[in-house]
Amino acid sequence: MHINLTLLGQLIAFVVFVWFTKKFVWAPIIAALDERQKKIAEGLAAADRGKHEQELAEHHAAEKLHEAKAQAAEIVSLAQKRAAEIVDEAKDDARTEGERLLTAAKAEIEQEANQAREELRQKVGALVVAGAEKILNKEINAAAHQKVIDSIASEI
Amino acid sequence: MSSETLTSTEYIRHHLTSLTYGRFPDGHWGIAHTHEQVNEMGFWAIHLDTMFWSILLGALFVWGFSRVARHATAGVPSGFQNFVEGIVDFINNSVRGSFSGKNDLIAPLALTIFVWIFLMNLMDLIPVDVIPRLSQMIGIPYMRVVPTADPNATFGMAIGVFLLTLYYSIKIKGVGGFVGELTLHPFESKNPIVKVLFIPVNFFLEFVSLVAKPVSLSLRLFGNMYAGEMIFILIALMYSAGAVLGAFGGALQLVWAIFHILVITLQAFIFMVLTIVYMDMAHSEH
Repeated sequence: MHINLTLLGQLIAFVVFVWFTKKFVWAPIIAALDERQKKIAEGLAAADRGKHEQELAEHHAAEKLHEAKAQAAEIVSLAQKRAAEIVDEAKDDARTEGERLLTAAKAEIEQEANQAREELRQKVGALVVAGAEKILNKEINAAAHQKVIDSIASEI
Repeated sequence: MSSETLTSTEYIRHHLTSLTYGRFPDGHWGIAHTHEQVNEMGFWAIHLDTMFWSILLGALFVWGFSRVARHATAGVPSGFQNFVEGIVDFINNSVRGSFSGKNDLIAPLALTIFVWIFLMNLMDLIPVDVIPRLSQMIGIPYMRVVPTADPNATFGMAIGVFLLTLYYSIKIKGVGGFVGELTLHPFESKNPIVKVLFIPVNFFLEFVSLVAKPVSLSLRLFGNMYAGEMIFILIALMYSAGAVLGAFGGALQLVWAIFHILVITLQAFIFMVLTIVYMDMAHSEH
């Protein structure tokens, strides 16, 4: 065991290695580690934020859905009401139309009946004259007896 | 072992002699080929094997780690980067746990110490005869492969740490504060005369404890690795003592090597932790 110049050599080597390590090993590695730590922290924070946002969005979506459902129900009820109205209107229309047709028909019938009665009345007048001629065996002046004929005919 | 038969003593001595380049007594420089020549060289010599292996391992460390550092990204790490980041994180936590001051040098210092010492200690797990034998085949007379079993390496690092503690002590506390720390503790007095009388006693105690730090730091590591190497050498001696003893030696070597994995890691860790603690003491006011 000799203590000699080797000691000095080792001391110098030691100093050089420490210097080199400080400058070229430690600083970049620690920088990378710190940067990664920051990145991970940021990532975790972003994940938390995303989770929170998702919750908000879910809440928002549920609200929207609820609103839409209510709106749809309202629309359906309105439509039903409107349909009922339309049916009622149609019924009313049909009823009035029917009544109108009915009265028109009645009026026509009456008119035709009147017409027939008038014709009948004329024909009865002629018939009465013809009958009376036969009975009297002579011609009757229809004009002279017009009053009588009319009174008979009006009794029909 | 060389081709001629060696005695056990020669075998052990051969393993414990470093490849030394130094100044011979007659003044010329060269590589020592015998143990006696190494002894004659004294201080003016350098252990080529210690220097070579420690610098090779240190270079391996800074090369590997700086390669990762250059490509370090904040993205998903993979493979070797994971491994490096694990070590860096471990060192960072150790430093934060023990060092309360603010100094960007301490963490890289701790990282260098831990990994470098661990790698140098790791050389102890290579069977003791392999590299010396191969070296002898290419004509290198001696080869000690565990730099931390050479007190020069451990003292070199410990003195480096010691100088840093002195530097930061004086930088943080000022010369007065540092001298005061050395002379006014542990015995204190309000009376100025007694205070002055206490100064030599305090200085003696504090100086011893100050110097004991680097000495204990380096001797702890050196002693552990030297003892570990020695036991491997002694186990290796059993291989030349017959089949039964050789097989027993093989089993022993395996057990000791497995146990030694713990020792080398622990010693690297202790050296690092004590360095951090000494640095913390240098930074904190009393």
